[in-house]
Amino acid sequence: MAETRSLEAKSPAERPLSPHLQIYRPMLTMMMSIVHRITGFGLYFGTLLLAWWLLAAASPNGYARFQWFAGSLVGRLILFGYTWALIHHMLGGIRHLIWDTGRGLGPNEREWLVAANLIGSIAITIILWIFVLLTMGGSS
Amino acid sequence: MSAPRHIRTPLARVLGRGAAKSGTEHFWHQRLTAVANIPLTIAAVIILITLLGRNQAAAAQILGSPAVAIVMLLFILSITVHMRIGMAVIIEDYVQDESAKLTLLMANTFFTIAVGLAAVYGILKLSFGL
Repeated sequence: MAETRSLEAKSPAERPLSPHLQIYRPMLTMMMSIVHRITGFGLYFGTLLLAWWLLAAASPNGYARFQWFAGSLVGRLILFGYTWALIHHMLGGIRHLIWDTGRGLGPNEREWLVAANLIGSIAITIILWIFVLLTMGGSS
Repeated sequence: MSAPRHIRTPLARVLGRGAAKSGTEHFWHQRLTAVANIPLTIAAVIILITLLGRNQAAAAQILGSPAVAIVMLLFILSITVHMRIGMAVIIEDYVQDESAKLTLLMANTFFTIAVGLAAVYGILKLSFGL
């Protein structure tokens, strides 16, 4: 994460620039790194929903309004996406914590980890939603 | 982080700081909160699912009970610290204009504190019946 801009500004000499994203063939590890950042970005704004829910819980009318939104098609799509982003970012975080220890960085291990991350997040999200929709009888 | 010294770029050695103008504090806090977020997120999801089928009165009572309220407060504290650092990294990576970067970093802090405090207020209101 070295900051090189101020150096560039002083000496615009020709020096080799790092090849950027479009140079590389897309790889799963690269894509999952990007997805980790995007899901984190989404979760950031998703906290507005969390705050709304907690504030709404104090009043019957407010809670009814939140429940109406959460039960609507758009609300459910947002909550479904939010669930997946949350699970995916959490599993991705665990992956990064494993990598922080220096483990799981071999060619096969890292591919296996990102695949497990992706499959795991989709599976857990679907299982959670099936469970929720079944226990709620499909309607809030 | 225990990177060998010779890996550092000359500029990084001169300034001693990255785009964030600080040391490894963010790196460490991001991992600290990441570890805390794992059990707290699982707990928060379980709490949320438990409340889904219930009406407002029941939801308010459960959310305001000490154990649930404390878990939710810890969850909010940990995720807001984590997301503030995460968004700061995104801003530092992609926003290169210095004044725009500083403005966005400030907005990031304001947003994080506002949304975090709003959520905390919601829980405390239920706990203390304010």
